[in-house]
Order: sequence, then C-alpha cells, then structure tokens
Amino acid sequence: MNVLIPAPLRSYSGHRRVEAAGSSLAEVLADLDRQFPGIRFRMINEQERMRPHIRFFVNGAQTFDLSLPLRATDELVIVQALSGG
Amino acid sequence: MVAATKKIAKKKSMRRVAAAATRSKARPSSRQGSRVVVLIATRKGAWLYHGDSTRKNWRPDGPHFLGHIINHLVLDPRDGRTLLAAAKTGHLGPTIFRSTDYGRSWKEAARPPAFPKAPSGETGRAVDHTFWLTPGHASEPGVWYAGTSPQGLFRSDDSGVTWEPFFSINEDPQFREWMGTVQDGTPDGPKLHSILVDPRDPAHIYFGMSGGGVHESIDRGRTWKSIVAGLEVVEGLDASKLAFHDPHCVRLCPSNPDRLYQQNHCGIYRIDRPSNQWVRIGRNMPKRVGDVGFPMAVHPRDADSAWVFPMDGSSVWPRTCVGGVPAVYVTRNGGKSWSRTAGGLPERDVWWTVKRQAMAVDGNDPVGLYFGTTSGELWSSRNEGRQWACIARHLPEIYAVETGEPG
Repeated sequence: MNVLIPAPLRSYSGHRRVEAAGSSLAEVLADLDRQFPGIRFRMINEQERMRPHIRFFVNGAQTFDLSLPLRATDELVIVQALSGG
Repeated sequence: MVAATKKIAKKKSMRRVAAAATRSKARPSSRQGSRVVVLIATRKGAWLYHGDSTRKNWRPDGPHFLGHIINHLVLDPRDGRTLLAAAKTGHLGPTIFRSTDYGRSWKEAARPPAFPKAPSGETGRAVDHTFWLTPGHASEPGVWYAGTSPQGLFRSDDSGVTWEPFFSINEDPQFREWMGTVQDGTPDGPKLHSILVDPRDPAHIYFGMSGGGVHESIDRGRTWKSIVAGLEVVEGLDASKLAFHDPHCVRLCPSNPDRLYQQNHCGIYRIDRPSNQWVRIGRNMPKRVGDVGFPMAVHPRDADSAWVFPMDGSSVWPRTCVGGVPAVYVTRNGGKSWSRTAGGLPERDVWWTVKRQAMAVDGNDPVGLYFGTTSGELWSSRNEGRQWACIARHLPEIYAVETGEPG
C-alpha cells in the first residue's frame, strides 16, 4: 500500500511516499519499521499507544485503531499534528 | 529469625568490605591548556563549541539536530570521541542518537530507553523523554546510564545502542509511590537525574528524583538505600515522605567521592559519607539572595570548592536571576561561607535563569566554568568564576551544558 510519510520522519524513509505491506495498520507500521528501523517507536510508544502528535488517516478517515484491517489498495497518510512552538 | 538477619547483615557487611577493597583512590589530574569542548543541548538542537588552548577562542559547530528537543549531550570521557544525545521532537517520540566520530555522523540507538509493555488491562508507562545521560565507570567501557521522564533508570552495556530498564527502580512499588504521577514534580514531567558513579567503585551509584529524593546502591543497582535525612521539604509537607523531596542537582566531588553537594528545591546541602545526614550549607548564603536554585558545579580537584547560580524563589517562584542581577556564588570551604562572583556579567535587568543541567566545569587549572541560560546565552570563565565572558548569544533556550576533552 502507498504510505505518505510526514516531513519529521523522512530522515528514516528518505522519500515522501513509500510502499508498505500488511493486513492491518499495526502490520503496516511493523513493515515500515522493518524497512526503516526505528521509525515505528517515534510514532507508537512502548505501550502500543499512538504518540500525542502523530495521526493516521486511512483513505481520508482518521483512525486510532492499530488493529484496523487494511487492503493493499488503501492509502495510509501519516500526519504530524500541531504541537506548539 | 535473628540468626538469619545476622547472616544477611554479615553478608552485606562483607560485600561492603569487598567493594571497598576493590576501590582505588581517586586521583584527579591537574591540567593546563587542555583543549575543551563545550556541549550545548537546547530546545531546538545541539551545538559543540570547540575551544583553543587558551579557552579564549571558540569555534561553533552546529546546529546538530536542528528543531529537535535535546535534553542532554555528553562526550564519553573514556574515548573522547563518542557522543550521546537525548532527543525527541514536538511530534516524535524519544530516542538516543550516537556518534562515534566526535559528531561528524550520527546513528540512532537500536533500542532506546523504554518501559516494559504493561500486562493486558493495565495502562503502563511510556518514556516521554530521556533527560539525563551519564557515562559508566572508567573500568567499564561501553556502559552508560540514562534517567527519563516519567522517572526511570536505564543502563546500556553497548555504548548506547540498546538500553535495559532497572526493574529494581522502575517497577518497584515503593519507588513508584515516591515518583508520583506525571502531574507531580517538574512542569514538563518528573525527572530522574544526577546519576553519579563512584570513580573508585563501579558498583556504587547515586541518583536523584524530582520528586522522590536521593538514592544509593553499592551493588550495581540490585538494591537501593534512600539518603534524605537533613533535607527539608516545602513548608507544610511531611519530610518523612520521599515523594516530597526535590533534589534539583546532585554532584559528587571527583577529588573526594565521599563528599556530595546538592542544590535542592529547599536549599543547598553537603553530605560527607559514610554519614547519611545532609547539612544545609545554603544557610550561609546572603539572606537577600537565599539558597534556591537549579544547578550546582564542583571543583574537579578541591572538594571544598563548589558553585551555585541562585534564582528567585520568592512569592510565585519566578525562577529568574535574583533581583534581575545574575551572579554565581562560590564556596571555598565546603559551604561555611559563600562569595559572589559576577565580573563581566550584566549588572541589571536580566531575567533569564540557568537550568539544573546547564552549569559545568572543565578539568583545566585554573578551572573553567560554563553556564547556559534560558535566553540562549553561553557564558564562560577561565579563572574559576572571577571574570565571565559571553561565548555565544541567540541560541535557543539552553537545557544542558557539559564539557569534554576530545581524544
């Protein structure tokens, strides 16, 4: 699936858009971490919770559910939320 | 029962004797003209200021990690080349960056400090940021310690690539009670800090918690003992409860590791081990200045000499220079008396302050002193505080200042 990587995480991916595989959001994030080691922990903490200023949109709809089923044709957009100055 | 207790006591006593036997006498060296690098961690990145042999001229190197929140940047004194930086950003979670070539290139830790995954149904804690980094003992290359917020103690045995939690602290019910919640303590989260390793004995470790007191281990962190006797707490609170103790900065004297100094939320203290009693030496500060502050620095070769940077702790606690006039205070007699040292510093209308990690000394003779301000100025003194000069202006808010000698 196509994944849009936000600017703060492009030091990991090197690209704005990357491909990742998985049948759920958690699996896609695991695949991203396999490709770009360390990227997942910057978004998801050790208690499997999304970090406060990272948001995930699947086909334009925001989700907070890591177990959300995904298809290969879906688009995942990772967004940096506003977090002050 | 009594026999068992005696047996444990004897075993502990033998362990202390064994540890003492393996200790070597600390012999801090006196150096003249050694090159110094000053490491600046700020709210928006990190800088290295490379000094020449006179310590008059400084070459800035940075920003490293522009826009990242860097809480601490430390050079490994065991090789003079490895740097560790505690980082996060406004959006991204915390991590540790490492450089093994003196800052030319950086690589992220493979497993940064993190708490264990909580059992199902429990919330669990997540590291918000690593606040403090301490290199391990000289005999243990590759060992580092880290203190985090929320409060946790971590150790790395591979130069910061991977980090393991101290379950004896992080998961201990008593320590967890003393740590309180994320709403207790420092505004941006309670912090585990001032991790100190006895230069005579790698198994002997201290650390401080804001709040939560000062703690000591003589067995590499397997067991811990609290050392808070003599420390005061905010009026109306119960000093017997460790959660109310707020050490801001604890320093161990390299020339006499049995002596520690402490800038606390409630005064300046000294302790001479094996005593367990802190003495409030801040009572000897001028009354109009008081003894509230964040940072403290100790002389590398003279355990009677230490410096503080007092702040305004009156009314609503502005935490700025007292009266708008910045000044460092020095003791040359273990805290019996204090002298003001402010030559070269602005004489009025100054409202910045110096955070707990933002004052440091170098190893030269005379000692160089450095502090960074919340307004982004870096000040230095080449003569132990008698005269000050501004090395840098217009940096972001400075969180930490450390020194090192490149290898």
